[in-house]
Amino acid sequence: MRVPISEVEKIAALSRLSFSDQEKRQYQHHLEEVLKTAQKLDELDTSGIKPTAHIQGIENVQRADVVKESMDNELLTMNAPEKENGCFIVPKVVE
Amino acid sequence: MKAYELTMKQMMDALGKKELSAYELVTSLIGRIEEKEPGVKALNCVCADEAIAQAKASDERRAGGKQKGVFDGIPVIVKDNICTKGVKTTCSSKMLENFVPPYDAHVIELFQNKGIITLAKSNLDEFAMGSSTENSAFQASANPWDLRRVPGGSSGGSAAAVSAGFSSFALGSDTGGSIRQPASYCGVVGLKPTYGAVSRYGLVAFASSLDQIGPLTRTVEDAAFAMGTIYGYDKRDSTSMNIGYPDYTRAIGKDIKGMRIGLPKEYFGAGLDSDVKDAVDKAVSTMQSLGAIVEETALPTFAYALLSYYIISSAEATSNLSRYDGVKYGYRAKDFDGIVDMYIQTRNEGFGPEVKRRMMLGNYVLSSGYYDAYYLKALKVRTLIKQDFDRLFEKYDCILSPTAPTPAFFAGEKSDPMQMYLTDIYTVPVNIAGLTAVSVPCALSAQGLPIGIQLIARPMGEETMLSVAYALEQTSPAIGAPAFAGGGM
Repeated sequence: MRVPISEVEKIAALSRLSFSDQEKRQYQHHLEEVLKTAQKLDELDTSGIKPTAHIQGIENVQRADVVKESMDNELLTMNAPEKENGCFIVPKVVE
Repeated sequence: MKAYELTMKQMMDALGKKELSAYELVTSLIGRIEEKEPGVKALNCVCADEAIAQAKASDERRAGGKQKGVFDGIPVIVKDNICTKGVKTTCSSKMLENFVPPYDAHVIELFQNKGIITLAKSNLDEFAMGSSTENSAFQASANPWDLRRVPGGSSGGSAAAVSAGFSSFALGSDTGGSIRQPASYCGVVGLKPTYGAVSRYGLVAFASSLDQIGPLTRTVEDAAFAMGTIYGYDKRDSTSMNIGYPDYTRAIGKDIKGMRIGLPKEYFGAGLDSDVKDAVDKAVSTMQSLGAIVEETALPTFAYALLSYYIISSAEATSNLSRYDGVKYGYRAKDFDGIVDMYIQTRNEGFGPEVKRRMMLGNYVLSSGYYDAYYLKALKVRTLIKQDFDRLFEKYDCILSPTAPTPAFFAGEKSDPMQMYLTDIYTVPVNIAGLTAVSVPCALSAQGLPIGIQLIARPMGEETMLSVAYALEQTSPAIGAPAFAGGGM
């Protein structure tokens, strides 16, 4: 299973990561190795088999739509790298 | 006998009879930590002042006859990916190096209701991704039996801490074997509860459909008591099971005569160390001598479990880790150009190599063009693995296998990620199928290293499993603890 460097770059961008050329080759090698091994899964016939995303098969756990008190703003923002007046500070988003 | 050498049950008894105060207990453990932690490096932080204050409060409650039940005053060490309000929860990652949770995990709330004292936070592979606790951003933990070797992972800090006598009880988390494999390496008992039995509220998510919090202790009886402190329904975890939970201590001392135990032959293939194989063979004879019916059986999908595990867990991990963006909490890079670059530089600098490897694999298998071939395929294989186990549990009460292919390996020995992944080959199928399993120390290798045996049971089969585990423990040669024999440390 070949994974071209352009594919590594695309996946890195999706992951919000960036790599040096050497790192790209390392991740390329790792991906190729895992995917090569993963081809073994094709030995199993899974036609007509339903996927299991979740082992308990629980669906749509719901609760009553009741307004509750939420956590204090100060507590929620206390770990923010940068904040002001109870808001998170981020670089400019819209040009 | 020093207070730190007591099992949790002995601690409970001594506290109950007022032969020992919680203050004496906590200070004994802190003394032990101060003496041995420089070599073991199991802990990210010790909450000494807070623990002593809580111990004094516990003693006051007991003196006034107002103790919060049988566990009041029992200390616990908590894996550093479980949120503790006001106490740093780092996941051993630079990303969360200074993160102080504004809330407690459900299990920590339960501890507080019971008077259980959080003594320290233990080291782990970054975000619980790894099998040796070498992937911590802060320090590599050592195995108390031989400090040159790894304690296993990712709950290596918790396993090493219990083994070294820092606590009789620690919490770990198990996504693919992260409680059982280090328990096996460190000669302690490690239990992975049925998926849904313990609330994941406040457990920093790695792979949500596989993660489960569980106990590490030095005895099976303690594991049964420890389970009693953490299980139960919690509406804040939508996968938490709202059912009646048994008193797991009923399992202790139960006759296992007539119990049907299966040995899937796939667990005894290439790569299995001969000392480990001998330990399993002895365990099988022991089980038979106690009247259990042990039979060889088959789990045909075993060979596909590890691959599906890495695909599924990495896909879920990359989704869970997308929240680390340098905005709401955690690390933020200093130099960047605009918001997208801030995300990228923050994540480049905040995450370690193994975490990045998993995210890359996860995003690859989830991306269009590969989703069906890898991710969907792995989910279908998951169905087949579950069906395989369902068939086995129609016939057997329990499955017996080695916990890991070998005893603890040397630090730095497994630099190839694929080699590291293979150390979890016997533990991942349990998470894939949502089962419960426990590792029980049963023997020492020729080199004097502990070997664990894994017992697996159907969902909510903890009680049956613990009765077999207890019988196995009681009939195995006592391997002791390095902490008290003056061995490895």
